[in-house]
Amino acid sequence: MPPLTRWFLKAALVYLILALCTGILLALPDTTPIAGLFPVYFHLLTFGWLTQLIFGVALWMFPTYSPTTPRGPEWLGWSTFALLNTGLILRMIFEPWNGTAASALTGWMLVIAALLQWLAGVTFVANTWKRVRVK
Amino acid sequence: MPRLSVYFVRASLIYLLLGFTLGGLMLANKGILISPMIWGLLPLHMEFAFVGWMIQLAMGIAFWILPRFNKGAPRGDERFAWLAFVLVNLGVFFVTLDYFFDVPWLTFTGRFTEVMGLLAFIMGHWRRIKPFDT
Repeated sequence: MPPLTRWFLKAALVYLILALCTGILLALPDTTPIAGLFPVYFHLLTFGWLTQLIFGVALWMFPTYSPTTPRGPEWLGWSTFALLNTGLILRMIFEPWNGTAASALTGWMLVIAALLQWLAGVTFVANTWKRVRVK
Repeated sequence: MPRLSVYFVRASLIYLLLGFTLGGLMLANKGILISPMIWGLLPLHMEFAFVGWMIQLAMGIAFWILPRFNKGAPRGDERFAWLAFVLVNLGVFFVTLDYFFDVPWLTFTGRFTEVMGLLAFIMGHWRRIKPFDT
């Protein structure tokens, strides 16, 4: 298993635990749920866990790109990893913060989080598209 | 990777981009209000992300890597999987159309078409869930 896949998979497992802990927080009795925490919980599961797991395994298992660079440009794969995780961490911090005490800072941080997560998708597709081929 | 898996996976990558774009727009809109109407994209975001991206990717990969048959066609009757590909994408298309044009029963038809597609996929792959070399 290549190093990048290991990073993706281990990060995915960390998000799975974080998501389940957030689920516990959301289920606390007799408390008002923190605004913005439910979408964070949902995206920790679907984006941090599932999508990250898929990205990591796809980069590992899909048909090779070329004999010299079997998994495509390495930097592109690492960019996807960095963008996805930075974007998600920003979201994890600033979405509940924006929900409880919105400010220009929290608002723009959400915009940056959105942009980074979107770029993670774009770089993954750019890196994977040519590897999805008849073999 | 067989040709049909290529179609499934490439279609799923297109939906990934669409789903991420709508999701990104909604999150950015939460931070800096662009338009109150953007929140209305949620059903499409979910449709693209779950059915278009994740379910379709799973179908494409399953068609590729599930154990094959030793006798006859290695992946069984592939017409089921082709039918699934057409129906699932048609279903997502119907749901999308309904979002823009608000046609009665179109989302229902779309979801029904998606379920038929998944049933076709299950019918074509049920027997491939087996030990290797049997």
